[in-house]
Amino acid sequence: MIDLVLHIWRQDGPAAKGAFVRYDMKAVNPHMSFLEMLDLLNEQLTERGEEPVAFEHDCREGICGSCGLVIGGVPHGPQARTATCQLHMRHFRTGDEIWIEPWRAAAFPIIRDLVVDRTALDRIIEAGGYISVRTGSPPDANAIPIPKEDADLAFDAASCIGCGACVAACPNASAMLFTAAKISHLGLLPQGQPERYHRAVRMVVHMDEEGFGSCTNHGECEAACPKGISLDFIARLNRDLCKGTLIGAG
Amino acid sequence: MELRSNVPFGPIQDKWDRHKFDLKLVNPANKRKYDIIVVGTGLAGASAAASLAELGYKVKCFCFQDSPRRAHSIAAQGGINAAKNYQNDGDSVWRLFYDTVKGGDFRSREANVYRLAQISANIIDQCVAQGVPFAREYGGLLANRSFGGAQVSRTFYARGQTGQQLLLGAYQALATQIAGGGVEMHPRTEMLDVVVVDGHARGIVVRDLVTGTVTAHAAHAVVLATGGYANVFYLSTNAKGCNVTATWRAHKRGALFANPCFTQIHPTCIPPSGEYQSKLTLMSESLRNDGRIWVPRQAGDKRAAGDIPVGERDYYLERLYPSFGNLTPRDIASRRAKEAVDEGRGVGELANGVYLEFRDAIERLGRSAIEERYGNLFEMYERITGENPYDVPMRIYPAPHYTMGGLWVDYNLMSTVPGLFVIGEANFSDHGANRLGASALMQGLADGYFVLPYTIGDYLARQPVQPVSSEAAPFRDVEREVRERTARLLAVNGTRSVDALHRELGKVLWDKCGMARNERGLRDALRIIPELRERFWAEVKVTGSGTTLNQALEKAGRLADFLEFAELMCHDALERNESCGAHFREESQTEEGEAMRDDEHFTYVAAWEYTGVGERPRLHREDLNFEHVPLSTRSYK
Repeated sequence: MIDLVLHIWRQDGPAAKGAFVRYDMKAVNPHMSFLEMLDLLNEQLTERGEEPVAFEHDCREGICGSCGLVIGGVPHGPQARTATCQLHMRHFRTGDEIWIEPWRAAAFPIIRDLVVDRTALDRIIEAGGYISVRTGSPPDANAIPIPKEDADLAFDAASCIGCGACVAACPNASAMLFTAAKISHLGLLPQGQPERYHRAVRMVVHMDEEGFGSCTNHGECEAACPKGISLDFIARLNRDLCKGTLIGAG
Repeated sequence: MELRSNVPFGPIQDKWDRHKFDLKLVNPANKRKYDIIVVGTGLAGASAAASLAELGYKVKCFCFQDSPRRAHSIAAQGGINAAKNYQNDGDSVWRLFYDTVKGGDFRSREANVYRLAQISANIIDQCVAQGVPFAREYGGLLANRSFGGAQVSRTFYARGQTGQQLLLGAYQALATQIAGGGVEMHPRTEMLDVVVVDGHARGIVVRDLVTGTVTAHAAHAVVLATGGYANVFYLSTNAKGCNVTATWRAHKRGALFANPCFTQIHPTCIPPSGEYQSKLTLMSESLRNDGRIWVPRQAGDKRAAGDIPVGERDYYLERLYPSFGNLTPRDIASRRAKEAVDEGRGVGELANGVYLEFRDAIERLGRSAIEERYGNLFEMYERITGENPYDVPMRIYPAPHYTMGGLWVDYNLMSTVPGLFVIGEANFSDHGANRLGASALMQGLADGYFVLPYTIGDYLARQPVQPVSSEAAPFRDVEREVRERTARLLAVNGTRSVDALHRELGKVLWDKCGMARNERGLRDALRIIPELRERFWAEVKVTGSGTTLNQALEKAGRLADFLEFAELMCHDALERNESCGAHFREESQTEEGEAMRDDEHFTYVAAWEYTGVGERPRLHREDLNFEHVPLSTRSYK
């Protein structure tokens, strides 16, 4: 069992002023997940009649992308390639002071405590992150062979969970890695070719409109990404964006 | 009430084609005059909303998550079945149909299952066209694997993240429609009731989870794609937000609930590590292809796994089922694990699991082959448990995973409330008493892309084109009821957290209506649940207000519904005095402890009518006929 000191960002609403509040947590089982530790805190707060800490979570197995806390200054905490929900308390020691904050970015307004509004990411997808195909009778799935290497690389890009850690980690709060992942996923596949350059231009233009910053190649996004999405995809985005701009796509 | 399945006449192969022709069409110019509400954005909901908007209907779509992309379909690992026969191993529509009916232990509707098998191939085409990156072979064609004990390789997959990739495909189709104005999307909005006007579903009442505002939305038809109810057990593999509220409230408004006791317990999950456990993580079933399941022969054997010699281990599945071994179907593997743990032979600190060991496979195939196949799963296991499965065996234990039961629907996927359609896991339709691996994704997408868009048109074509309004009195009444209920939850001001009470409910159900059920236990549960419900309304503490983001309030509302629903589940389990599929009644077993179906008395769908909180629900039966797959006993010996 370990004893911890938590400093958690509390904020009543989007317009309210927030601040860190200190909580002493005793006898935390090291097998607990980080979110279970917060559940325990919330249960204690509830029993004391205080309002529990609001935080986002759903699948708790690292795939839905709901959870996301900045833990000790690092999005998703100290363990590499691990979403907050899969981080376990065995990585902490008695006496540790843990600072827990929401994602911080102008495009992600705080809703309450540790919960932020990430709908800007959905709007980037709506700007072009798809292949326009109607439900109906497309050609047989094996009609277009796709080299395994391409399919695998497309999959690597497609494994983005849309959590927004890349934005939180970026000193410019850029959503470049998120956007690049989708542009690469679809741009690597033959089905994605017809809209490839339009897609790249529209998505990047929209990313800018949402108030995300620009990419200046810090690489913090890749380091924070729980799925290990590679920075190479940003190079791919830039190439498609460049060509798209030259040919007047968008 | 007469249950009419509306299965079309004619040979089973032609039913769906003929039915599509017989369905009335909505004039293309009129489609934009019809409003449709879709609740839920998982595979079924997102695919339906996108497809309906493409057709020209005006769609409003709702989800409680912050983005439609986060619906729980995202977490499905294994794959999606389709009768493509790409592997030339003898698969066909007929075989997929046969396997699914038999796997469901003869408690599903033949015609529905046949249609599902027919449509399965279109789904793969559709998803590939959307850019879903399925696994491929070096020649560039799609790869398949055998899954969940199937004799043919018909499962398409995208590493261990098939659900994620399929959902992103459907979500992107939905995003296209949102951008084009065909779908009005309402994230962070929870449906809290259905509005029925003159016997037809005409809208819903929702609560904005950020501001707490309660509003009504009207439409010509309502589609529920709100998933399953496995979280009634508190601990399950479902996402924390999964709940029964939408379907339960629809049930209270007149939709019959079918086979609620059919709950699938998945055999390969990581056992709880303590009382604080908040959810259980599934480890893909594919692990059973190479892992061997065992427990010590002697109860209470506390030695480390490596110190127990082979002669003192019990590879119980291999012993009991020599031909299927570790690949026995989910229900059997689960029940046998429970037996081993109940006998005191469980392993791990809390003696609550069984071993799944890869030592022999590593010796046979080499570590790199195992890493190639299961590397990401091993990594996930180590992250959660801190143990390295290359060196020590995994510990696994069954956990509630999927619910075959759901709102009763006819062949058109319409519930007993006209205009209320139910798709995906939320309905009861295609899996009978047990769902086969890789069939949930198939059903969700079949319903959403290829069934509902046709059948809903037939209903709408019979409705007047007049605009609908949420100003009518029934909407105001339901809104008021929803507000009062929220106020009531906030007013209890007791001492117990929602989770603490939910855990109590979960324990009762797990013990008495879990992997094995008997009359005494179910009667106990039917006594305890109403008491617990009373305690909930006296003791729950919901802090904060109804006008801000309040997660405790959300959870409290969902638990209140689970506490009513749980009783229905137990009534159903008690009524069905036979063992079939995932439903194992201890009174109905062979001498060897195998499930014993009672076809003479129970070859029906149990569809329950709501009669009031705590009142005994009224049973309606839909008799099932098996004309194409003869009733037989499953045997995996």
